[in-house]
Amino acid sequence: MMNIAYLLNGKKEKSDIEPGMMLLDFLRSKGCHSVKCGCETTNCGLCTVWLNEKPVLSCAILAARIDGQRVTTLEGMQEEARELALYMGREGAEQCGFCNPGFVMNVLAMVREVTDPTDNEINEYLSGNLCRCTGYASHLRALHAFIKAKGAVDV
Amino acid sequence: MKEINRSVMKKDAVSLVTGKPVYTEDIAPEDCLVVKALRSPHAHAIVKRVQTKTAAGVPGIVCIITSEDVPQKRFTIAGQTYPELSPYDRLILDPHIRYVGDPVALVAGTDVAAVDRALRMIRVEYEVLKPLLDVRDARDNTVIVHSEEDWKSLVNVGGDNKRNIVAQSGEDWGDVEGELDRAEIVIDRTYHTKQVQQSMMETFRSYSYLDAYGRLVVVSSTQVPFHIRRIVATALDIPKSQVRVIKPRIGGGFGAKQSAVMEVYPSFITKLTGRPAMMIYSREESMTVSSPRHEAYVHIKLGADRDGMIRVISLESLWNAGAYGDHSPTTVTLSGHKSIPLYNQYKAFRFNYEALYTNTIAAGAYRGYGAPQGIFALESAVNELAAELHMDPVTLRLKNILHQGEKMPAYFNETALSCHLEQCLLRVRDMIGWDRKYPRQVLSNGHIRSVGLSLAMQGSSISNVDVASATIKVNDDGFYSLSIGATDMGTGCDTILAQIAAECLQCSVDNIVTYGVDTDISPYDSGSYASSTTYLTGKAVEKTCHTLIKRMKARAAAALQCHHTELLEFDGTTITDPDSGHCVSLRDLANGAMCTNEIALEATEAHFSPTSPPPYMAGAAEIEVDPETGHIDLIDFAAVVDCGTVINPALARVQVEGGIVQGIGMALTEDVILDPKGRIQNNSFMQYRLPCRMDMGTIRVEFAPSYEPNGPFGAKSIGEVVINTSGPAIADAVYNATGIRFTELPITAEKVYMALKHKDCKTQ
Repeated sequence: MMNIAYLLNGKKEKSDIEPGMMLLDFLRSKGCHSVKCGCETTNCGLCTVWLNEKPVLSCAILAARIDGQRVTTLEGMQEEARELALYMGREGAEQCGFCNPGFVMNVLAMVREVTDPTDNEINEYLSGNLCRCTGYASHLRALHAFIKAKGAVDV
Repeated sequence: MKEINRSVMKKDAVSLVTGKPVYTEDIAPEDCLVVKALRSPHAHAIVKRVQTKTAAGVPGIVCIITSEDVPQKRFTIAGQTYPELSPYDRLILDPHIRYVGDPVALVAGTDVAAVDRALRMIRVEYEVLKPLLDVRDARDNTVIVHSEEDWKSLVNVGGDNKRNIVAQSGEDWGDVEGELDRAEIVIDRTYHTKQVQQSMMETFRSYSYLDAYGRLVVVSSTQVPFHIRRIVATALDIPKSQVRVIKPRIGGGFGAKQSAVMEVYPSFITKLTGRPAMMIYSREESMTVSSPRHEAYVHIKLGADRDGMIRVISLESLWNAGAYGDHSPTTVTLSGHKSIPLYNQYKAFRFNYEALYTNTIAAGAYRGYGAPQGIFALESAVNELAAELHMDPVTLRLKNILHQGEKMPAYFNETALSCHLEQCLLRVRDMIGWDRKYPRQVLSNGHIRSVGLSLAMQGSSISNVDVASATIKVNDDGFYSLSIGATDMGTGCDTILAQIAAECLQCSVDNIVTYGVDTDISPYDSGSYASSTTYLTGKAVEKTCHTLIKRMKARAAAALQCHHTELLEFDGTTITDPDSGHCVSLRDLANGAMCTNEIALEATEAHFSPTSPPPYMAGAAEIEVDPETGHIDLIDFAAVVDCGTVINPALARVQVEGGIVQGIGMALTEDVILDPKGRIQNNSFMQYRLPCRMDMGTIRVEFAPSYEPNGPFGAKSIGEVVINTSGPAIADAVYNATGIRFTELPITAEKVYMALKHKDCKTQ
């Protein structure tokens, strides 16, 4: 067992963990059920969370690595996620929803990093987020509308 | 129409996008035992001995189950209406191992680490047998996959386990041989499509527990809760009254979850130990011991005249059932029934089929359910015919396709009451710019742009078999609750069915609360498969609303002291007696019904359909081939769909886009490859390549709605038809670019490169 101290969704926490525990399993054990496992081979993007505000795959990171770091899951991004949900919902782009949490975390990272992204930039940024339901086209429609509305508010 | 043909947001959209804990694993009790299976590394073997003693001593291990501990009653995991057409050929654990991954033992323990450790400590002694891996050798092979005496087929579908036959039959209409002789040109070709994985993002999973009454409750990510109840009870050999199945949100299904792939395992552990138990399939298990699309060899003989009239279609399907027969007898029939009718002007047709056992993964239901294999073959043959005749494939199709009002001999003699197939074809031709782009254009960088197209059809529900029902109750202040047994697996049926109810009850969709599914509470529904939910359950909802309105009027008549109930008028908020002008509001009616009342303000209606009206589609692909690498870039895919009235345009559009992209995966990259010992080599998303965002060009979707008189508000289905055109359209585009006709999917860059190289060698 080892002890780690970290910020989870803005809250200071301490935990005793097995050294080999993956961040994905650790976050789910902490009640962050938005974090999903889809593949075990770092190919699907479902388990995307933020480590120090940068998107990472929690299935490929040891929980021990978050010692002294900041971790954000979708549970900590509810307000923005609800805004995005309106645009996703309008297009039916959420579908089964199982890939949504990882996708949304990456989208929210993208809008912080890339201004006014083109289709190609969006597809490239989110290429690691698989979705089997939508065929991705509705995501583009929803994201453009979301980014446009967000831009209007920011201005 | 206020609520129909409107893009209403899904009722669960905000919960899903904000990541709420609504899926099976999220809501499972924390003290669930972890259940895992020890699986055979051999494709064909007999388990001689299983040593579990050391493993059972691992701290945390609660029980280890082998074939000696399970009921000796065979069952099928196919989620179909009883009596199932799929053979009863499974046991929970069977000493006869029939494919790599067949379970040998189940281990249940308090934590994953203990279970993993115990799995490593079990010793199994196998008598390894010769496996049968190629379905073309399966019939009457000396290797018999199911030699057991208690193999059982509830319905005669031509099966014979001692000959490796799951099902076989055929039909002839007209003078097939004569027409083939008279035809001026005959395309004679066999097409091969492989196993393809549904790859829904949420793998198979289920947990179970005993409730306060000691009954077994199974919470499962399933498309077929009522079938799961029957299958679990049958497999565990317990009364069906002892099983309750609950479906929470589902992370995708696409047919994979139309089988009880793993529900029986945790259920059996709970039954045995009395403790909650959960099993979650890894992605590897979901790729290797699941329920993929059937591998198929489809032999087409297409006889036509020089003027392009198709005289005769002969289609013979050879189906690789794999180790068990789930969904084989039914999927194989769709390969002909959902393809041949597209060209309804023939003078004769033949459809023969056989589904055979092999020692490979057991196939099952996957979106399209046999139609994609048949349509790939027939549409490819039609495109080949066009090339032989030097005729535009659109022109050839316009001469031969099905029209509204025609009787379809290859489709149970049903009449096409709603068919805009020709409109779909003409519109897709314009959308893709066919006349400008067909067949190809060589770009300055040497790449070749080309186009290809395909038609498709499917059905709407299983005619004369499946049943849907709905219950609607009036509650406080007049809000309605709609209970359904159909399962929303992300498609949005909870919302779509509420839209239908809202339209009938003249209220906002927000005034309808949808609940599904709990087999103790929900009215019976066969489940969400066979493109049935909107069409079949939608009609059940419509019928239920009409019955409910009658009840509400009866109650209002009592309140208004009016004797001619049928003359009362309901406008969504008020029931009025036109004679007296007296009225009662829905709100007062609903609240009044909770005090001194004997008319229950609720209704349940069931529905089945004597027909299965096909939806139709035309799809056209524009691709760019790099002849130096064989790489195929998808530039544009245009699609026009006739699904009858479009109930929810946004959700229908996403169905089309999603289906097209799954079809593109099947066409270009998704491939299940076996090694010589029968092991699946690409067992992860690392090796099994799903389409990602970067692979997609533009996808453009339009609708050409006909009106289906048997559907709710004229609607037909959409979920499955949309996967069918990608394969043949892309294969034809590849031919138009390279002159090479691929008869096998997927058409990977490697295959294109090798074929081009081979072609160059031949021409030099």
